[in-house]
Amino acid sequence: MRHLYIAALLLPLAACSKSGQQGGAGATTTAAIIAIDGSSTVFPISEAVAEEFQKQHGARVTIGVSGSGGGFKKFCKGETAISDASRPIKPSEVELCKKNNIAFIELPVAYDGIAVVVHRDASWVDKMTVAELRTLWAPESQGKVTRWSQVREGWPDREIHLFGPGVDSGTYDYFTEAIVGKEHSSRGDFTSSEDDNVLVQGIATDPAALGFFGFAYYLENRDKLKIVPIDDGKPENGDGPIGPSFETVSRGTYQPLSRPLFIYVSRAAAEREEVQAFVAFYLDAGRKLVKEVGYIPLPDQGYVLVKRRFDKRTVDSLFGGKGSQVGVTIEELLGKEK
Amino acid sequence: MAQARQRAGTLREQIIERALLGSGVISVVTTAAILAVLAVETVAFFREVPLSRFLADTQWTPLFADKHFGIWPLLFGTLLTSAIAIAVALPFGLLAAIYLSELAPDRVRRLLKPLLEVLAGVPTIVYGYFALVVVTPLLQRVVPGLAGFNALSPGIVMGVMIIPMISSLSEDALHAVPMTVKEGAYALGAGRLETLFRVTIPSAFSGITASVVLAISRAIGETMIVAIAAGQQPRFTLDPRVPIETMTAYIVQISLGDTPRGTIEYRTIFVVGAALFLMTFAMNLFSQRMARRFRKGDG
Repeated sequence: MRHLYIAALLLPLAACSKSGQQGGAGATTTAAIIAIDGSSTVFPISEAVAEEFQKQHGARVTIGVSGSGGGFKKFCKGETAISDASRPIKPSEVELCKKNNIAFIELPVAYDGIAVVVHRDASWVDKMTVAELRTLWAPESQGKVTRWSQVREGWPDREIHLFGPGVDSGTYDYFTEAIVGKEHSSRGDFTSSEDDNVLVQGIATDPAALGFFGFAYYLENRDKLKIVPIDDGKPENGDGPIGPSFETVSRGTYQPLSRPLFIYVSRAAAEREEVQAFVAFYLDAGRKLVKEVGYIPLPDQGYVLVKRRFDKRTVDSLFGGKGSQVGVTIEELLGKEK
Repeated sequence: MAQARQRAGTLREQIIERALLGSGVISVVTTAAILAVLAVETVAFFREVPLSRFLADTQWTPLFADKHFGIWPLLFGTLLTSAIAIAVALPFGLLAAIYLSELAPDRVRRLLKPLLEVLAGVPTIVYGYFALVVVTPLLQRVVPGLAGFNALSPGIVMGVMIIPMISSLSEDALHAVPMTVKEGAYALGAGRLETLFRVTIPSAFSGITASVVLAISRAIGETMIVAIAAGQQPRFTLDPRVPIETMTAYIVQISLGDTPRGTIEYRTIFVVGAALFLMTFAMNLFSQRMARRFRKGDG
C-alpha cells in the first residue's frame, strides 16, 4: 500500500522531467537564436524585420528593450549578437567592449525625428523654439520652471507635466545633446520611462503634459497627440518652425532633432550564417519596413554604403566613439570613409 | 520486534521534527539575509551621502545631472496613495464586517464572504491596468485637472483591493466576541444596534485595529498598481491629481533599467528599500501587539 502511494507521488515528477528534457532538446536543435537588445526607438524596426525574417528563415530572433545604454551593457558583455541603438556608441561603452574583446560593426539603418508632443487639447502650444525647450529641460530648471507661463509669456499659468525617456535611452541622450547642449544632462523632475508607450499614455491623458520620443510612436498615436513644430533659428535649415515628417527629416530641415538610428553587430556573431542572413535581410527588406513602422529610410545610396561596410566587416564607429553628434548625415560620413 | 518498531517510530518522529524545524529556519535565515543586504548597502550609501541630504531635501533626482537625495517626494507619494486607499477601505471594510458578522442572515454571509475575498485574489497587475485604463478616464470626467497618471485612481483601486483584508479580519474579531458578553447587554435592556456599537465593537476593537494596521502595511508595500497608474515622477506634493512616484515604484523603475552595481544609483534602491522596511516593520509590530491584546480578550 505504501509503495503504491510513493509510486503515485513520483509518477508526475517522472513525467515532468521527461517532457522537460524533450522540450530542451527540441529547442536547441530546431532553431538558432539571434539575441537583440537595446533602444526602444529602434525596436519597431527590428521587430518588423524579425517578423518577416522568421517567416523565411529557421532562426529565431529575440528582441529586448533596455534602452540604447542598457543594450550596449549587455552587448559588450557578449550577451547579445546585435544591439539596437538610437545614438552612436559612447567612449565608456567602447572601452567596455574592448575589455571583453567584443568588436562591433556599426550599421546605420534609418533616420528618426524626435517628436516633441503635447496633449491634443493644449491649444496654446503652436510652436516652440530650441531656446524655449532648453529653458524647459536644462538641469538648472529643476524645481524652478514648473509652469507653462514660465516658458513663454501668455501661456497659461498652470503646472506643466514633463514626460521623457529614461536615462538609459539613446533618445534621452540625443535630445539632451541637441537641446541642452550636453549629452545626458537634464532636469530630473519629470516622468521618465524606458517604455515609450507609457509616455504616450501619460501625455495623451493629461492636457498639461509635454514630452518627447521617437517619431514612430507619434505616428502610431497621431489622433491622441499634437506635434510641436520646432524653430532652431537657423534659416539655412529652413525658415521658421518645422515639424518632423518624412520630407523634413530626410531633407535635413528638421533640426536639431533629426538623427540616425543604428544596429551594432558583434564581429564574432557576424560569422554566424543566420546573423549574416538577418543583417542582409535588414538592409534589404528593411528599407520598406522602416517606412511602414514610421521612420525615414536612408537614401538608396546610403544602404549600398552600409551594406558594403558590413560585407567588409568594417569595425568601430563612424563617430569616433564620441557619442551623439548633432546635424550630420550618414551619407557624408560613409562617403568620407571609402 | 515491538521495540524495534517503536525505535523506528521515534526516529521517524525525529526526522519529521527536524524537517519542520528546517522549514521554520529557512524563513528566519531569509529575513536575516535580506536585513543584512539592506544594512550593508544602506551604510555604503550614507558613507557617500550624508543623512542630512537624505532627510532635509525635498527633491529626489539621483539619476540626473543635478543629483538630489531627499526622500520626502517618494515618502509623500507612498503616504498619499496609502491614505487614499485606507480612506476607501476603512469605511467599506468595517461596514462589510459589521454586516457580515452581526446582521447578515447565515446564507447571505456564506455567499458574500468568499465573494469579498475574491477581491484579494485578483493579481495586482490587473488592478494596475484597471486603474489606468478604466478608473482614471472615469474620474477625469468628474475631477477637473486630473492627469492621466495620478495618485487618486491607484489609491482608490488599492483601497478596493484591501477591503477584504479589513472586512475578513475585523469580521473574525467581531465574531470572536463571546456570546455571553452580548447576552449580558441584551439582559440589561440594550437594543441590537446599541449592543453592537456599545459592546461588540469596543470588545473587538484591538482586533479591528490590527486588521487596519495590516491593511496599511499592505498599502504602503503595494507596488504594481502604483508603478503602472501613479506615474514615475518623484514630486513633493499632496495633490492627488498629478503624477507622483511612490517608494516601491521607484525601486521598480530603477531595477528595470540597467544600473551598474556599486554605483550610488544602485544603492538608492536599498536605501529606499530599508526605509520602506522600517515603515512596514513598525506597522506590523504595532498590529501584532494589538492582535495579542485582542487574543487575550482584554480589549
